[in-house]
Amino acid sequence: MSVAALFELQQGSLAYGGERVLRDIDLRVMPGEKIALLGPSGAGKTTLLRQLRHQQAAKVAWCPQQPGLVPMLSVFHNIYMGQLDAWPWWRNLANLAWPLPGPRAQIRALATELGLGDKLFTSVDRLSGGQQSRVSLGRALYQHRPVFMGDEPVSALDESQADQLLGLVLARHETAVVALHDVALALRHCTRIVGLQGGELVLDCASERLSEQALLAFYAH
Amino acid sequence: MSPNAQAGLGQPPVTGQSSATAIVRTSGLFVLLALVALPWADFAISTSDPWQILGRMGWGLLTPDFSRPGDILVALANTLAFALQGVILGVAGGFVLSLGYTLAPVRAFAAFIRGIHELFWALLFIQLVGLSPLAGVLALAIPYAGTFAKIYGELYEEVDPASAQALPAGAGFLSRFFYTCLPQALRPMRIYTSYRLECGIRASAVLGFIGLPTLGFHLETALRQGMYSEAAALFYALVVVIATLRFWLKGVLLPLYAAAALFWLPPVATLDWAVLVRFFTEDVVPQPWRSLGADADFWQSLEVLGPWLQRLWTQQVAHGLVNTLVLAILALIATSVVTLLWFPLISPLFGGRLRRAGGHLFLVWMRCAPEYLLAFAGLLLWGPSMLPAMVALALHNGAIIAHLVGRYSAGIGLRDDAATGINRYFYEVLPRIYRPFMAFTLYRFEILMRETALLGMIGVPTLGFYIDSAFSEFRFDRAMVLLLITAMLNLLVDALARHLRRRLHLSSQPESL
Repeated sequence: MSVAALFELQQGSLAYGGERVLRDIDLRVMPGEKIALLGPSGAGKTTLLRQLRHQQAAKVAWCPQQPGLVPMLSVFHNIYMGQLDAWPWWRNLANLAWPLPGPRAQIRALATELGLGDKLFTSVDRLSGGQQSRVSLGRALYQHRPVFMGDEPVSALDESQADQLLGLVLARHETAVVALHDVALALRHCTRIVGLQGGELVLDCASERLSEQALLAFYAH
Repeated sequence: MSPNAQAGLGQPPVTGQSSATAIVRTSGLFVLLALVALPWADFAISTSDPWQILGRMGWGLLTPDFSRPGDILVALANTLAFALQGVILGVAGGFVLSLGYTLAPVRAFAAFIRGIHELFWALLFIQLVGLSPLAGVLALAIPYAGTFAKIYGELYEEVDPASAQALPAGAGFLSRFFYTCLPQALRPMRIYTSYRLECGIRASAVLGFIGLPTLGFHLETALRQGMYSEAAALFYALVVVIATLRFWLKGVLLPLYAAAALFWLPPVATLDWAVLVRFFTEDVVPQPWRSLGADADFWQSLEVLGPWLQRLWTQQVAHGLVNTLVLAILALIATSVVTLLWFPLISPLFGGRLRRAGGHLFLVWMRCAPEYLLAFAGLLLWGPSMLPAMVALALHNGAIIAHLVGRYSAGIGLRDDAATGINRYFYEVLPRIYRPFMAFTLYRFEILMRETALLGMIGVPTLGFYIDSAFSEFRFDRAMVLLLITAMLNLLVDALARHLRRRLHLSSQPESL
């Protein structure tokens, strides 16, 4: 039995200006997997995620660490932007000038799930950091794509919100690769843990075979 | 467009709203004003075959005629000599004024002298000292001094006061200024001054249109006679000089240039004292006062002045004011449209290196062409109406603001998965550049207003049209009143634009406008 991998890196390396960010990474992401990327900052998680996304950009709902929201546009428009490529430009333009009923209903429902129901037409520069990262998650969810890739998507949220929203996002996507720094969160929600250190893959293991203590020990090194 | 459209959809008000609301409303207000102004605008085309003329102009641009390089070089040298002397004198005057810029009377005086366009100053000085180098130099120096005073004064205000507060309490005003304020403001002052020299070269070229021996003089002749290849050669000479400014304009060389300018074109005039005295004691005295006896008291003189002013108001001022305002608001909207269409040409968010290089070249061309020259070409193309004036203002100013907005947009970082094309323009970029765009445009509004009044000289009955007629009919009393009104109008617009910039929390930094 062999299922084709969605994403695959063989001996993947990447250097920026002579400095190697990733070296000899072997990684296959199979459909249905929920992978947590762990590792200290500077380990190469962001670079790895971007590498993976580029392999099948059209399938990936993307949630970068810097949300890159448009500050003066509303929550509604920032979430809608997830589907800009799905519609003709004139429809997008009309929706910018005057929110269309269809997207309004959908995005209102989505924003309510994210706890932003009362902020639908507030510009995102008037939101807190946590609210902004929820908007960014909203944009990813609104893309309705099979794969979710997020770079610390819930790190600006408090513990219970992070738990709840990560659960929501993973439930809505068949496959996911998420960079996290909260070990407990990773173990609770993901099926596989991948650890990076200094650009190298140092851990790749199903999460049921790992304990929180073991992972924290890994971090300590 | 309103990103905050819930207000119109009958939904309960939400806490906190869009930060874009105020700015979108202000834009809407301007568009509304333009729509109201539209019925008053005269866009009639009175030439029989504009396309044919356009074709000949285009052909002229492609086949510039450099067969008389001597004429071009002399005109170019004159243009540069006027510009250098005028701007240097303006810098000196503006610097002195800027020392007292915190005083309201100094601010008002600076605003007044820059409220009158350099071409009007030229018309005035030509009356006083004849068609002489001195007239051209003063015509540039005086309004530029007003502008420099304002810019320098505003730059001093931006300086961090901490260093001045750290000085010993006894330090005098001038030591304080030269040791703390000036060194900190010097860099932006230099940048702005060199930009103004560029404007000065354009303005100096335009002075030729009223008879001074600069590029404009030959340009007008060539254009009027339909010799577009010769006109193109003169235009290219101007473009090359302005576009290469940053290579040859070096601080250390400035004294050399100034000396050369003084040598080439000594700012002298043969003063005719009788003419000067007559101008101030008779010519500018309102006509009804001239027949008034010396024993007339204050009330009597007011009584005779009233009807004269009223006649002037109904016959010229009201009409001129309406046309000036209509043209200014339409030109503002047209400039905005041109800006928003053109800035992607040089923005790294929209094109590769090659396309951006082409865009830069195009924008440099457009901004090198003075409005007056563009309007004059438009006049030949379409005949006298608001159309050439509006198009000229929009092309020139649009190119300048597009350059600034394009440069600003280079600092925007987009996500890896950001939309492309039109979606990128409207969703990712337009909202982000809109605030600086608005700041630049409002800053430019004052300049637009001055130019609008001026473009009356090519036949649109704005205030400038009546000023020009008054000068050519030797009715200097009228000319003075009209000039005063023009200056007042510019003061008002300046204050309005400043108020709007403050209210919308837009930066008041002059940038290089």
